[in-house]
Amino acid sequence: MIIRSRNLSLAVAFIGAFTFGAAAEQPANPPQPAAQTAAPALPPGSPMIGRPASEAAAKLAPVAPPPIAAAVDKLPTAKLKVPPGFNIEVYAAGMANARSLAEGDKGTVFVGSRQVDKVYAIVNKDGKRTVKVLASGLYRPNGVAFRDGTLYIAELSKISKIEHVEDNLDNPPKPTVIYDNLPKDEAHGWKFIAIGPDNKLYVPVGQPGNNVLHDDAHGQIRRINLDGTGAEVVALGVRNSVGFDWNPETKQLYFTDNGRDWMSEDVPQDELNRVTKTGEDFGAPYCYQGNISDPEFGWGHSCSEFTAPVGLMGPHSASLGMRFYTGKMFPKDYKNAIIVARHGSWNRSQKVGGDVVVVKLNKDGTVKSMEPFLTGFLEDNKYVGRPVDVLQMKDGSLLVSDDWNGAVYRITYGKSKVAAQ
Amino acid sequence: MRKTTAALLLALIASSGRAETIAERAAPCLACHGEKGQSETENIPSLGAQQAPYALIQLFMFREKLRTFEPMNEMAKALTDDDLRAFSDFIATLPKPSPPADAGDPARLQRARALVQQHHCDSCHNADFSGRDNVPRLADQREDYLARTMREYKDNSRHGYDGTMAEVLQPVTPEQIDDLAYFFARLR
Repeated sequence: MIIRSRNLSLAVAFIGAFTFGAAAEQPANPPQPAAQTAAPALPPGSPMIGRPASEAAAKLAPVAPPPIAAAVDKLPTAKLKVPPGFNIEVYAAGMANARSLAEGDKGTVFVGSRQVDKVYAIVNKDGKRTVKVLASGLYRPNGVAFRDGTLYIAELSKISKIEHVEDNLDNPPKPTVIYDNLPKDEAHGWKFIAIGPDNKLYVPVGQPGNNVLHDDAHGQIRRINLDGTGAEVVALGVRNSVGFDWNPETKQLYFTDNGRDWMSEDVPQDELNRVTKTGEDFGAPYCYQGNISDPEFGWGHSCSEFTAPVGLMGPHSASLGMRFYTGKMFPKDYKNAIIVARHGSWNRSQKVGGDVVVVKLNKDGTVKSMEPFLTGFLEDNKYVGRPVDVLQMKDGSLLVSDDWNGAVYRITYGKSKVAAQ
Repeated sequence: MRKTTAALLLALIASSGRAETIAERAAPCLACHGEKGQSETENIPSLGAQQAPYALIQLFMFREKLRTFEPMNEMAKALTDDDLRAFSDFIATLPKPSPPADAGDPARLQRARALVQQHHCDSCHNADFSGRDNVPRLADQREDYLARTMREYKDNSRHGYDGTMAEVLQPVTPEQIDDLAYFFARLR
């Protein structure tokens, strides 16, 4: 650090004093181009396993959101489409990388982030909404959950809380850690969290790579008591879940899970899973979408060893936040349907997702249908926004977060009722 | 001395209200990063032909202290969103850096080429390593900066905007990192 700084000062002293002509000289004998030999095998766990050396594959790379939140007048709101009778408006903007959502008892909406270090609060006071930074200096604080006055925040490898948070929005205390017995892997390390009907906090731990074998601490959803004690594994074979909720009738946990990359354009599809007994195994990395044996790790296993998904959410679609709709504002056939944010694919030539869908269930809890609900984020195979999470408000309206633009939209049904500004 | 220098640079760079062109405002940046896109300063990266979206992300991360390097955190702290966009667009227009005059050790380059193929570095950084969008240009970047950056990504002391490089570098050894840096710094 000291050495670097000294060099910096030294260089500053030379402002405009010379140019670097020598470095631009071309060599007399450029080396020969590389011989085209077969590449050595990728090391185990490499995210590139399965990627073909084709021109089409070379066009595909993970898509990163712009770092700066879009101004309200630059949001794609006018392009967004909802079914007849529904309305969409901007609820709040200016929250870089807005991700998971939670609503407080007094109407504050908490918003996590992944690429920045902040948790935001959208504060409702005297009919006006303002955005505050509630906490910063956090590491990938993607997950937020609220219960009995307390906000829970999930960073990459720890869970913390802020008590009486809505009473202290102007001067919030620092979050205090309740649980940090978590791996520190970057890959699939960011977390969605939610509190179940059993009053426990559910915490996913993704598999530490695209398609990898791993230890007992990964590839699962676990639950802990709200004081951080009593950790217990609820589901196994979970590759990377970034959204879950409980069926209001059966109280069963449903979760989305992202399928692996580089198997093909069209499979595997992302999964919608249902946990019917504690410790159930959902197959990854041995079996994907319930019926595809993984080409690398499936040998010696059968998909019949694992619980199949109740629904398929599209290839590479990045199905993330999901909630059962229990409100009274939307039409009756939305009652107890699952609303799912699909962040959208990168590992596919024609992008899939970048929308919000409605999954309607049969009486037995299996999937009856999946229909588009909010579209328009995808334009000429490019994103103009990417939905991450959905949240039903107490009045039955639905919030949708967009990490591409750093905004939250609100969807209502019926005569257009614009929320107080 | 250091504080004075930083304050002076800050005053120059953050003077968005005045009539200076972006090139004039960027002059203090180029004192360290090189006037023609090529850095002559130890461990300070060349900026020439860097991808504007990548540069924007890095400037944003410096401003927000998501990436820590004190002089850059100081430089960026007063910049507006529009300043960050203007500087990153300007950076992308600087001429691309050139490789060093010596052709390099053929055996070492061959070893690195095999690693590049094995790890599909070209998958995101492009076949000519010019980068794309949020994925940075690597071609003819300074060797010391490349090696240090890869080491910092591997041990996660430099946080990426996302975790991709931390993941990709897990199976790559420190010796292999040195070979890769040697190779990327000598692309022709």
